[in-house]
Amino acid sequence: MTQGAMGMAARPAIDYAALLKDAALAAFVVFFLAFPLIGLQTYDQGGALAVRGRWDLLAYAVIIGFVGRFLFQLAMLFKPVKSTKEPSDASLARQRQIGMIIRYALLGIALTMPFLPFSDRSWLDRGINVLIYVMLGWGLNIVVGLAGLLDLGYVAFYAVGAYSYALLSLNFGLNFWVCLPLAGLFAALFGVLLGAPTLRLRGDYLAIVTLGFGEIIRVVLLNWGSLSGGPNGIASIPRMDFFGLFPFGNREGAFHTVFGIEYERTHQIIFTYFVILALALMTNWMVNRLRKLPLGRAWEALREDEIACKSLGMNPTNTKLSAFAIGAMLGGFAGSFFAAKQGFINPESFTFMESATILAIVVLGGMGSQMGVVFAAIFLVLLPEVTRDFEQSRMLLFGAAMILIMVWRPKGVISHREPTLRLNPVKGA
Amino acid sequence: MPMLELQGIHTYYGHVQALKGVDVTVEQGEIVTLIGANGAGKSTLLMTICGNPRATRGKIMFEGQDITRAPISTIVRQGVQQVPEGRRIFSRMTVLENLQMGATLGDPAHYKSDLDRMFGMFSILEKRQTQRAGTLSGGEQQMLAICRALMSRPRLLMLDEPSLGLAPLIVKQIFKTIQDLNRENGTTILLVEQNAFHALKVAHRAYVLQNGEIRLQGSGQELLSNPEVRALYLEGGHHAP
Repeated sequence: MTQGAMGMAARPAIDYAALLKDAALAAFVVFFLAFPLIGLQTYDQGGALAVRGRWDLLAYAVIIGFVGRFLFQLAMLFKPVKSTKEPSDASLARQRQIGMIIRYALLGIALTMPFLPFSDRSWLDRGINVLIYVMLGWGLNIVVGLAGLLDLGYVAFYAVGAYSYALLSLNFGLNFWVCLPLAGLFAALFGVLLGAPTLRLRGDYLAIVTLGFGEIIRVVLLNWGSLSGGPNGIASIPRMDFFGLFPFGNREGAFHTVFGIEYERTHQIIFTYFVILALALMTNWMVNRLRKLPLGRAWEALREDEIACKSLGMNPTNTKLSAFAIGAMLGGFAGSFFAAKQGFINPESFTFMESATILAIVVLGGMGSQMGVVFAAIFLVLLPEVTRDFEQSRMLLFGAAMILIMVWRPKGVISHREPTLRLNPVKGA
Repeated sequence: MPMLELQGIHTYYGHVQALKGVDVTVEQGEIVTLIGANGAGKSTLLMTICGNPRATRGKIMFEGQDITRAPISTIVRQGVQQVPEGRRIFSRMTVLENLQMGATLGDPAHYKSDLDRMFGMFSILEKRQTQRAGTLSGGEQQMLAICRALMSRPRLLMLDEPSLGLAPLIVKQIFKTIQDLNRENGTTILLVEQNAFHALKVAHRAYVLQNGEIRLQGSGQELLSNPEVRALYLEGGHHAP
């Protein structure tokens, strides 16, 4: 309170000349970029390509750049000075309470979503997509957020999981519920396989190697036609059934006859939705548990200082390997779910863009934060859907939104880290 | 038999030789200090004992066992613990979590009583147990780093420049802690310091390291009054007279 008031009182006089100069510079940059991109347009003139100017649009862009930069800088001046003091116990307790309410509210929405009046097939599909990304985000969070290892090829494990299920179910007739743990196991195995030789590397070097690994998996899948079907992928993958007991579908002995209800196509989708919700919640529970175990603390310590960890007698390589394997396993689960839900997979679904999206979810949400991942996943999956009407400028809006989040909260939406250990109850809570 | 014995240790960083045949012994219950200028090889010596980097020649014996090539975790498990230079606490983790990390190799049965012992030594750490370690002051961070190392109940505690960047009053407190640890718990201490005056005052024995070689050795008092040491490390130095 006093901090804020003091910040207001001590605000310096606004230097308009400097602001205008800054805005003019921004306008110049916009002009420079927009001149070829917006200012010039090619069109067809009797079979030949001709160029014409769109000077009005160019002028608008420059004006928007000038005014936008000016207002932005002005807004930054009014930004309250952030206190570097640790928040008090009382305010932490209040924050924790609000966090709990939001958490349970979101859980309530997630649980009841299929039964809400507006939720039709397309909304369920969106929900499933969001949950897949939430799960992937939570899985990658172990590697990037907790252990601090920058993994740019996480999608490789997702792919391993998806192809594991597809191949096991088609070739050996195994059920989804048998394949799910197997797919996780395979993905974890690949995690160890990649990790063992590369985890000596640090930071940027590790990032490049994982990036390469992600591409290798995709290229192998693309070219090993006899196994993976190459670019055509694998089609007619069996959908999931009801816990291996009975299938879905409009026939005798299926889900609806067992429960004695009318047949409806959405039954299977609702079931699928609940499966991914359960998988995501399991992931969340697992990560929360792991954080509080010595292993999870070792991951975080490793992120903070590897030399100190060594001096305490920890084995950094094994600790990193475990983070990699568990993260990969969760990616594998998500992958096999994806294959069972889609019924069709090909290497196109596992490009670097996917890795980047999952990483963006973790970074935007706040490294190591579970709730942040949920918000970021909702944002990143739903925004492209919502902005579908602006087909042309969709990626532009997407990029602008990401920049704004990073300006507003450089450490991600939720950057608070909950302690994993408590000895005595917090005083005043 | 000395607790720790270094025989003709040579250590290289690539082609650069940092230690050129160093012999150092530390007896059970002693405080031994290594002083020397920047780049003399003090930190390298401590790191070599821990096995990172490895000695290319020579032998390191701890309590009669050869640990020259032993894995780092084994060395730590035998009771050698280092407080690395620059503290290196886990700054985004809480004070309590830092201490818990120190107990990684310790006996879980001792955890609670060890924690109480640390909090008894530095009550400020108990007050700040759920605070992020990065928000502690420099002196508090150094105390935390020492406590974190003590959580594994080392028999030989090696401290690398514990007074680095601390206010004179805090430096005094840190050196008093080191003496207390040695007197009350019987912890053997190998101390590397730039602050030669304080370090020699608390030391039973001391070595002066120069360009990777032992230049002088003797009791702390002897070296304090040695004219060469005075000229090189004390008079022009930064001690409080």
